[in-house]
Amino acid sequence: MIKALRLSAILLLMMMATNQIIVAQHHNNEANEDWEEEVMEEEFRAGDMIIEHITDAYEWHIITMGETHVSIPLPVILYDQGEWHFFMSSKLHHGHDSYKGYFVSHKDFNSGKLVRLDDEGHEMRPDLDISITKNVLAIFLSMIIMIIVFVSVANTYKKRKGMAPKGLQSFLEPIILFVRDDIAKASIGEKKYERYLPFLLTVFFFILLNNLLGIIPLFPGGANVTGNIGVTGVMALFVFIITTFSGNKAYWTHIFNAPGVPWWLKLPVPLMPIVELMGVFTKPFVLMVRLFANISAGHIIILGFVSLIFIFGKISEGLGYGVSIVSVGFSIFMDFLELLVAFIQAYVFTLLSALYFGMATEEHH
Amino acid sequence: MSLINPGFGLVIWMTIALLVVLFVLKKYAWKPIMESLKEREEGIDKSLRAAEEAHEEMKNLKIDNEKLLKEAKEERDAILREGRKIKDKMIEDAKLKANEEASNIVESAKDRIEHEKKAAIVEIKNVIADQAITIAEKILREEFKDKAKQKDYINTLLKETNLN
Repeated sequence: MIKALRLSAILLLMMMATNQIIVAQHHNNEANEDWEEEVMEEEFRAGDMIIEHITDAYEWHIITMGETHVSIPLPVILYDQGEWHFFMSSKLHHGHDSYKGYFVSHKDFNSGKLVRLDDEGHEMRPDLDISITKNVLAIFLSMIIMIIVFVSVANTYKKRKGMAPKGLQSFLEPIILFVRDDIAKASIGEKKYERYLPFLLTVFFFILLNNLLGIIPLFPGGANVTGNIGVTGVMALFVFIITTFSGNKAYWTHIFNAPGVPWWLKLPVPLMPIVELMGVFTKPFVLMVRLFANISAGHIIILGFVSLIFIFGKISEGLGYGVSIVSVGFSIFMDFLELLVAFIQAYVFTLLSALYFGMATEEHH
Repeated sequence: MSLINPGFGLVIWMTIALLVVLFVLKKYAWKPIMESLKEREEGIDKSLRAAEEAHEEMKNLKIDNEKLLKEAKEERDAILREGRKIKDKMIEDAKLKANEEASNIVESAKDRIEHEKKAAIVEIKNVIADQAITIAEKILREEFKDKAKQKDYINTLLKETNLN
């Protein structure tokens, strides 16, 4: 069912995107920026709104009331053409202005990112952009939350040695035990699981926390951290590095000279080794895409339902109110589903990582 | 398309943050938590095993007690049985002895009676013999008082003898 919903979300997004592009093409024969901005003010574009909500941003937008945008400005750190630039994102006026020649792109691939125009008028990314964006701040916040929570829980453990868990400790202990017993021990084995447990626990709680924070629409939630391909990519890269470096002889033998495979699949053309070697890279790649796509799709569906209210509201106010009942109902349903998905995806990512570690360290074959 | 275009800065910050958190949590959270969890689990395990052992011991103790009780009972029964046996034997012996004694007494009584009887018969015989002698003496004396008659009788007797 979840898969079907994901599919419908993607279809919905594509429909909106194409619709928007067609509309944009209609009006965009003469590329007049002022005019386009005017159109943007007037029209509600669901695709743009959704993409804006689930991608990273240079400011943390909280609410827009009428013409006033309420948002937290964040520091922009750029290194370009041998020079460092530091300024607050409030200088960009919510992406409407340029500062020092840098502005937020609205074009395809780089849209939402800071660019400058080069001599020929093409948009160029700065050499290095390590701004503290919305997602970076969300990552820092969730990491701080995790450190505070788990260090305090660890202190409770030290204080209440041998006693029954209490408070936050008793809430987190079953989850910790679940990760330890049902993920790490079950996939890696009794002997070696302890080495990988810190990573698995950290990743599990990081994904879970950010999945849950992502459902909350207001600060400090609302950032789509686990639905960002950069974030999931880093975690997948960690998994890849750990797997590769803990791979033992049996693991590499299985890749380059898989036992039980006919020799003509390995010898003049090394078909199986190539497939297996590809698997080494596709496994973390799939980890990255799965988490990113699942979380993003969930957000897209919810935002899509909310958009319906405004789309119909533009046609007639009454229709908007009517649709809002259905939309809110569906959104609430989706939120519950997202709550489930938050746990499932954290579980799946951690379980698969543990399985890969287990495969890399398995003794005999 | 911007969705699948990862921000370089974000990747850098995420890597740094993840490394820092991994290190901090590993040292200050996961290690103590895992240690205390393990400790507690081992403690529970140990307690459970100890309880099991105590239970087993209790069971053994109970069995021992029962065994002791049973032995005591058996001993008591054995003693009682022995006593009864001795008592029966004593009664039997007493009976036998009494019988013997009684028959002895009867026997000796019989002997004495026989003896007495014999003595009495001897005495009676003596008395009767004395009496007979006395009577015979008396008779003879009476007979020999009349001399003439004696002479007549002798003459008759002699006459008979001459004929022969």
